[in-house]
Amino acid sequence: MSQPKSNKKPAIFFVVKEREPLFSKKNRALLKDPLDDNNPITVQVLGICSALAITVQLKPAVVMTLSVIAVMAASNVIVSILRNAIPNRIRIIVQLVVVASMVILVDQVLRAYAYDVSKQLSIFIGLIITNCIVMGRLEAFALGNGVWKSFLDGVGNAAGYGFMLIAVAFFRELLGSGKLYGYQVIPDALYEMGYENNGLMLLSPMALITLGLIIWAQRARNRKLIEKN
Amino acid sequence: MNRDSNGYTFGFAAAMVLVVASVLAFTASSLKDLQAENVRKEKMQNILSTIGIETDREGAEKLFNTYIVEQLALRNDGSVDEAVDAFSDIKLALEIKKDANDQRFPLYVANVDAATYYIIPLRGAGLWNAIWGYIALNEDKNSIKGVVFDHQGETAGLGAEITQQWFMNRFIDEKIFNTSGELVGISVSKTNNDPNDTDKDDHEVDAISGATITGDGVSDMIIERLQHYLPYLKANDLAYNN
Amino acid sequence: MDYINLFVKSIFIENMIFAYFLGMCSYLAVSKTVKTAVGLGFAVIFVLSITVPINYLLDNYLLKPGAMAWLGEEYAALDLSFLSFIMFIAVIASMVQLVEMIVEKFAPALYGALGIFLPLIAVNCAILGGSLFMQQKSFASIGESAVYGFGSGIGWLLAILAIAAIREKIAYSNVPAPLRGLGITFIITGLMAIGFMSFMGIKL
Repeated sequence: MSQPKSNKKPAIFFVVKEREPLFSKKNRALLKDPLDDNNPITVQVLGICSALAITVQLKPAVVMTLSVIAVMAASNVIVSILRNAIPNRIRIIVQLVVVASMVILVDQVLRAYAYDVSKQLSIFIGLIITNCIVMGRLEAFALGNGVWKSFLDGVGNAAGYGFMLIAVAFFRELLGSGKLYGYQVIPDALYEMGYENNGLMLLSPMALITLGLIIWAQRARNRKLIEKN
Repeated sequence: MNRDSNGYTFGFAAAMVLVVASVLAFTASSLKDLQAENVRKEKMQNILSTIGIETDREGAEKLFNTYIVEQLALRNDGSVDEAVDAFSDIKLALEIKKDANDQRFPLYVANVDAATYYIIPLRGAGLWNAIWGYIALNEDKNSIKGVVFDHQGETAGLGAEITQQWFMNRFIDEKIFNTSGELVGISVSKTNNDPNDTDKDDHEVDAISGATITGDGVSDMIIERLQHYLPYLKANDLAYNN
Repeated sequence: MDYINLFVKSIFIENMIFAYFLGMCSYLAVSKTVKTAVGLGFAVIFVLSITVPINYLLDNYLLKPGAMAWLGEEYAALDLSFLSFIMFIAVIASMVQLVEMIVEKFAPALYGALGIFLPLIAVNCAILGGSLFMQQKSFASIGESAVYGFGSGIGWLLAILAIAAIREKIAYSNVPAPLRGLGITFIITGLMAIGFMSFMGIKL
């Protein structure tokens, strides 16, 4: 690998003669990989707790996804900017403080200016701060990469997480209450014939089993992900 | 400067604490009034909705002052404590931790179209955190005019459903006293076999699948809070006693 | 005896994994072998047993509304509970950093095997959950909070031990390839969770 020409302290060594285009192949991979190959939930095994709690209905899953995308983009950027200044021994605390302060700040502002939205989000606040994906990507990526890449990584991973969340919520709401996003989808005619909503789908253990089945489907399609013993 | 030296680490940590603490404290204190205002109006909204008056937050204060004719702070024996403002002075979360003889129990009396209603605040514990709400009794101080529930962090789609109209509507016309005059409250039950809630004399409503603990929390909070109002309810002549 | 009651409750009825589904990420990812599972389990017990009592002190003498009364009458009206999250997390993160340094020094093989999941104990929802539940439950003394923290940790260890043991055995079974490893673990955990639902609502 050749040395970079500038005197900047590089985080990683790579060939740098001109700036990498904003959406180069590597950058696009940061957005695409977490959707399948490197999915936070089904491959990295992060973010499971909220995947169980929020996926009873589609609407909270969507709200959570949007919130997490915003939080991850912002925190990845902030930590990436500070990455050369953070002392190694307290880096976990610093990461947590960045995420927690940001989330609390947003919550406080919402509570003053958009009270109804904040009521919807307040239950998620705790779940976002402790979401392993946020911390996991800060530790694994933002601490060692540039701002734009960290931003893309944050958005990509949050999108991958959201994709899985919505997939599980889709099945749980459909089978558990016959609705999608609050709208009745299973026709009354079927109920009259004797169809009943599967109450078990509303409970968290079924979210685990649904995820297991989704993993089965994902790995059957993408054989790279199959674990070797 | 060496990033990993002790001096730098302490310095960074100290700077971070200062920045974060000041930003958060500044934000919290400058927004406190706006937030308190929102909470106050929401409280009014909730109280009004138990008697069937739906309003947005803007119109809440005016309607509240129109329809709520009395705001009483009761002692455990049913007497009124004039020195305490029921709406503003009593924070239920703190109040319920006090000894029963030190607690003050808020009661709101409403008058809508010549009918009188008694609105009682509730607070209890759900699965993850606190749940609370209001219950409005008709003039007979027995049948329910309406309820409203809220929560801090119940599971979306399960325990959180207690805030949905279809659940709260189940309580309308249920009775809190049984025919012998005992306070039984309303039980959120899995075995009541009455999914459309047509039986209004069973003191039960159908539970929410998957929200057992939240439902139990609702039942517990209803009976626990209401029993402190017994002296007041019994003292003012009751129609249930037949 | 109240302490024993609390201890048993926190292990079985309020099991962090099977009743509240907290701490799932590390539970699922680190349960490939019993050895690493036990290692992480002990780390979680250690962190929980220490952070819950410390946070109890913080909550009672600093954060709760009215907690600051010991400083002086004028401080009794202060309500610092909006700082709860950040203070609890700070305590937990410091503890975890300490544990990380100890493990790196004394058990480097375990350190390598745990990988990113050691620092992730800091955001392990089970640890923060332990402190938040403690705050909600309003324990009467620091002893009770310590028993609760310790019991929750043991419950977590039991859960991860069980799944690790099953995973080790299942490596020899004829699981379809795409389901191997993570997939079948999810399904087994789901089934175990359904089993634990029988404990829900038992009042001791």
